[in-house]
Amino acid sequence: MSLRIGVVQFPGTNCELDVSWAIEELGADAEMLWHADATVRGVDALVVPGGFAHGDYLRTGAIARFSPVMEAVSEFAAAGGPVVGICNGFQVLTEAGLLPGALQKNVGLTFVCDTVEIRVETAASVLTGLATPGAVLRIPINHFEGNYVCDADTLRQLRDEDRVVFRYVRNPNGSLDDIAGIANVGGNVVGLMPHPERASDALLGSADGVVLLRSLLAAAADTRTRLSA
Amino acid sequence: MNRYEVRIDVAHLPGVLDPQGATVERALPALGYENVSDVSIAKTIRLVLDAPSVDAARAQVDEMCRRLLANPVIEQYTISLEEVSAP
Repeated sequence: MSLRIGVVQFPGTNCELDVSWAIEELGADAEMLWHADATVRGVDALVVPGGFAHGDYLRTGAIARFSPVMEAVSEFAAAGGPVVGICNGFQVLTEAGLLPGALQKNVGLTFVCDTVEIRVETAASVLTGLATPGAVLRIPINHFEGNYVCDADTLRQLRDEDRVVFRYVRNPNGSLDDIAGIANVGGNVVGLMPHPERASDALLGSADGVVLLRSLLAAAADTRTRLSA
Repeated sequence: MNRYEVRIDVAHLPGVLDPQGATVERALPALGYENVSDVSIAKTIRLVLDAPSVDAARAQVDEMCRRLLANPVIEQYTISLEEVSAP
């Protein structure tokens, strides 16, 4: 049976179809999970895609974290299941406490829509298992609140525990330590501002995101084996 | 049961960059206001709360701030309450 990747959809999410398309191009099944459902239906991995969940009211991700599906997402993550938050999904995961720190408005208050270079800093995450540390990928970003911040202790932990997954080659938004993506302690929850699904085919201008999505599918396959063992 | 009008000011934690404040601070001298510094932009949330006492009201508002209204990673908040005539 094909791998099943859950794609979480909040009111205001707008990248769910792009993510689903990219996943299905790689041979897995994408399954939409509605935010009001309190289950992730036994999928093998989860993606929280980009957009403006609940209109970004109050703060980005602040309302989304209380959606019923998020409890199921947290349980799935606690069991070691692969969870990737892209852009607004990253913001949701920080608000939900699944990843440390926060994302605030870009330095200079500019919305940034561009294809940027990011460096893979570790292969010890569900999104980079097949990638080569040091590799530079061209991936689009598209955000107003992508400026990663955390306190000094958290930053030290992220560095010491090899949890900075991606850094920008040229910092586009003021992010602390050029951080573009981070992982939790287990490496199974990853958040990043760049959109790998928008770099999943040469026709889109870059296929550099494919290695990341393939890594996620490999992690999903491991999860299925482990959970069914 | 008493009724309280509550005002919550949510501001950036000291040391956390405030991009909106920084932008406004750069814009003011362009209008000739050269003597302005330390601009910060905060958010005000107003609500009405029914609670048995001012302490209970303050405790609940504090909890709501920690759980939803502010993000303690980057924000701090101050709460002011005023008792108003009950419904």
